[in-house]
Amino acid sequence: MSTRPGRASRVITNVALLLGALLTSLPFFWMIFSSVKPRRESVAHPPSLLPKHPTLEFFGQLFTQLNFGQYLANTLVVVAIGFVGMFLMAMAGYAFAKFRFKGRGLMFATVLATMMIPAQVTMIPTYLILNSVGLTNTLLGIALPTLVGAFSIFLFRQFMTTIPDEVLEAARIDGAGELRIFVSIVLPMSKPILAVQTVLTFIAGWNSFLWPLVVAGDQSRYTLSVGLALLNQQVSTNPSLQMAGAAVMVVPILIVFIVFQRHIVQGFTLSGLK
Amino acid sequence: MTSTSTVAPPGAAFPRVRRPRRSGPANRRHGSVVPYAFVAPAFLLLLAFGVLPILVAAVVSTTNMNISGLADSSNIRFIGAANYTRLVHDPEFWHALSNTGLFAVVGVPSILAASLAVALLLHRSDSRFARALRAFYFMPAITAIVAVALVWGYLYNSQFGLFNYLLSVVGISPVPWLSSPTVAKFSVALVAIWRATGLNIIIFLAALQGIPKEYLEAAAIDGANERQRTLRITIPLLRFAIFFVTITTVINWLQFFDEPYVLTQGGPVGATTSISLYIFQQGFRYNQFGFASAGSLVLFVIIAVVTLVQLRLRRRDVD
Repeated sequence: MSTRPGRASRVITNVALLLGALLTSLPFFWMIFSSVKPRRESVAHPPSLLPKHPTLEFFGQLFTQLNFGQYLANTLVVVAIGFVGMFLMAMAGYAFAKFRFKGRGLMFATVLATMMIPAQVTMIPTYLILNSVGLTNTLLGIALPTLVGAFSIFLFRQFMTTIPDEVLEAARIDGAGELRIFVSIVLPMSKPILAVQTVLTFIAGWNSFLWPLVVAGDQSRYTLSVGLALLNQQVSTNPSLQMAGAAVMVVPILIVFIVFQRHIVQGFTLSGLK
Repeated sequence: MTSTSTVAPPGAAFPRVRRPRRSGPANRRHGSVVPYAFVAPAFLLLLAFGVLPILVAAVVSTTNMNISGLADSSNIRFIGAANYTRLVHDPEFWHALSNTGLFAVVGVPSILAASLAVALLLHRSDSRFARALRAFYFMPAITAIVAVALVWGYLYNSQFGLFNYLLSVVGISPVPWLSSPTVAKFSVALVAIWRATGLNIIIFLAALQGIPKEYLEAAAIDGANERQRTLRITIPLLRFAIFFVTITTVINWLQFFDEPYVLTQGGPVGATTSISLYIFQQGFRYNQFGFASAGSLVLFVIIAVVTLVQLRLRRRDVD
């Protein structure tokens, strides 16, 4: 007797899965099709799924009449700062994995304890802290609160524990400095975890909303997410423009997802990250 | 739901991790400043943006800190527990808290049931076709909430939204998706449920792949049909994953913010104001930083209690 389901029931399962997948991705299709519809089609009744007269005018409008070029540049800066944070987390993970030092246990426990503290708890005091050091309304201020995360440090540590000590010792005997060992031996040996973290860092920086919303005071510091939220309030009668804005945020992530799906799924399995 | 979860997933070991070699010389560097130099940047940032804010919130919550205090610190006065007293007498606070409770009561079982069902089906039909479909289910989990909330807002739109049109085709009268206080709660929650399901499918799939095939084959030989095998063997063996997903989902509902912020701004009449949105509004709309800090600390205590209960239960489960 086999545990494999029969042919008919497998077909039913696949059909159910297909329907579920289409239903789940309906908002994405709707967004992409609507973003290239002329305005009168996007507010037409009855609505049509496919655009009859496709146009890219609203993508142009985002970047010419609205400030999306600036928002995009700001978002990329925030993402870039995020990669600095990733490097710092790799360094910390390496030290926790490969060195014995006084206070290591306590420090690592502190790192893990901060996992309990979400942004929604810290947004008010963090704003006050950033304000007192003059970092509100700066891109650095937007990136700083989430620059390092406890779970990433934990994952780096877990992975780097597997690097053999002999390799590091051999490099030390050859006279390599500690930073050199980290950059030219430890990091190359940590490629799998770096790949996962790189993709997740990009997604987290690109999508981040709460901190840009709290920290960015004027439009010149807005990221795409904040600009998009603003678009919702300003022009609620032009769905085509809104969908074009949403597509600018979503499509790059979908491309990253298709290319790096394996790393993303691995990363999510590890961290339950949102 | 924005933030990272706070608990390690079941079997969180990195797939490629081998057993660490304990050959010893790692401690040769004892007493050196090197490890501190490596740890310091990340550790100090964590202290500054993880630990320090809690202390700052505790102090600020005992003051009347507001916009004038922000401009000139001589305007800040110590007012003791007045913010906390005001908080427990604020009906909007209790409204936000009960909304959050309702979101969790509706949202946790929905997310759990949907993600478990899809994961079981995906696992059952382990064909190339089903593997290709996985991507569709995962997609919502990685896209920006602001952007997808905008799309859902358009779908929900009362004049030209797709949903009401589809309902009209089958003869159902328009639903006030975002304008009725009762319906809006569910509409806003649905977006978060849609988003969270993909992520938890991944977690359940990983757990399903960890179940030894021999168990199911043995049960099949003993004459158990597929339904019995799923209910009596697979689901009990997923106990740990189910527990993990439940706890992280509860915590994520406590942090629920982006969807109501974009879709409804917490309205109509506060019907979709979550506890996080309430804190945000008190802080950044009304500039009452002292009062909002008191709310932040209350939220922190709730999350800490949920996390500690989870750790305690898990320890008992392991014993």
